[in-house]
Amino acid sequence: MVKKINLPITDEDIKDLKAGDSVLLTGTILTGRDAAHKRLFELIEQGKELPVDIKGELIYYVGPAPAKPGYAVGPAGPTSSYRMDKYAPSLLDLGLKGMIGKGARNQAVIDSIVKNKCVYLVAIGGAAALIAKSIKAEEMLCYEDLGTEAIRRYTVEDFPCIVAIDSEGNNVYETEPPKYRK
Amino acid sequence: MNIRQIKAETVTATVKKLFMDCNYYIGKDIMEALTTACEKESSPVGKSVLSQIIENDKIAASEQIPLCQDTGMAILFVEYGDKVVIEDGSFNDAVNEGVRQAYADGYLRKSVVSDPVFDRVNTKDNTPAIIHTTIVSGDKIKITAGGKGFGSENMSAIKMLTPSYGIEGVKQFILDTVRNAGPNPCPPIVVGVGIGGTFERAAQLAKKATFRPINTHNEDVRYAELEDEMLEEINKMGFGPAGLGGNTTAIGVNVETSPTHIAGMPVAVNICCHAARHASAEI
Repeated sequence: MVKKINLPITDEDIKDLKAGDSVLLTGTILTGRDAAHKRLFELIEQGKELPVDIKGELIYYVGPAPAKPGYAVGPAGPTSSYRMDKYAPSLLDLGLKGMIGKGARNQAVIDSIVKNKCVYLVAIGGAAALIAKSIKAEEMLCYEDLGTEAIRRYTVEDFPCIVAIDSEGNNVYETEPPKYRK
Repeated sequence: MNIRQIKAETVTATVKKLFMDCNYYIGKDIMEALTTACEKESSPVGKSVLSQIIENDKIAASEQIPLCQDTGMAILFVEYGDKVVIEDGSFNDAVNEGVRQAYADGYLRKSVVSDPVFDRVNTKDNTPAIIHTTIVSGDKIKITAGGKGFGSENMSAIKMLTPSYGIEGVKQFILDTVRNAGPNPCPPIVVGVGIGGTFERAAQLAKKATFRPINTHNEDVRYAELEDEMLEEINKMGFGPAGLGGNTTAIGVNVETSPTHIAGMPVAVNICCHAARHASAEI
């Protein structure tokens, strides 16, 4: 079954999401990856205010390609999430509700997802041209000097993803591959 | 054979076209393998992922947009004929200019930083390219170019095995590397294996192996069998498309070898995502 979610995501939405569910997101999400996370993390460590309000938001780990004329955004598939593992728990503690990326997370991130009642969604790596069809607009928020790694706000419509780790800590990367192991 | 003069701008135009083409059009070998895998995949989620990847690659080709946002570092394997002279500039400058133009005019992502540790400032034109040049006899330049994303590059590994490890040691290292990569490198993957040479030669061969079409085999039947066996074993791991479970973890294993030292047996495993992009041209 495909679950449709209108953003911002609510605690009830998150509670209802189970590992393995297919989800279509509509509303706005933030973007950010390695370099932006490093900067946010350093600000948190220094006790300073962040340049973007992450409370209640989902962040998409993406560094898009440039948009061709006539396109709202360029191809924009997920990047590997584990590189953000060092930073993710601090952001979840500050009220970030979830992350969209690809691939496995470490135990600290899983624990933080459970503790903060958050969710980890994944999009299909390498399906950037297809995924971009569900991104209707983008707005530059901060760190423009980082180019593709800047923090943007995407307006999405039926953005396709899968629940990889739910708020109870169930993890498809742990449960699914063993079913097909020979 | 007479000296042949080639214009720098010819090299630039060729390189530009190769990088745009390889980022828009997935190879026929990859598309065929994805299609076959999609038919055979027993996981419903895996099947759905594969069909979305196929749809994605068709969209990219028909709209001439990059099939993956990570349009990679620019890598070139060049066979440079020893009778060729670049008429009005340097070969390397001409190549980098081609990369610069492809990534700007082709709406490809600029993913290169100037300093790896301290500055990490984007060079904004995706240069410098990684250029592997071999001088061959003749008056032509053959270029195979590819954009390599780092989701899969980061999952690669090299090990200086020694002779007593034998073929079993080689197999174990290949499988361990793929298992450690797990769901992260955007499976189904293409696995390039370089065996022999020195530390750097093994790594270079592994990369070269990922540039070889996956519907071909190593000419030495023993390594061709190794390719088949490793593909079968990897697909028993269960990671499946996007790592969400299934029978299709890899769509190809290519092995390249080189003579090596009496004391050594280096093995490099270069992992490539399903967006295994490369294109060739001869000038």
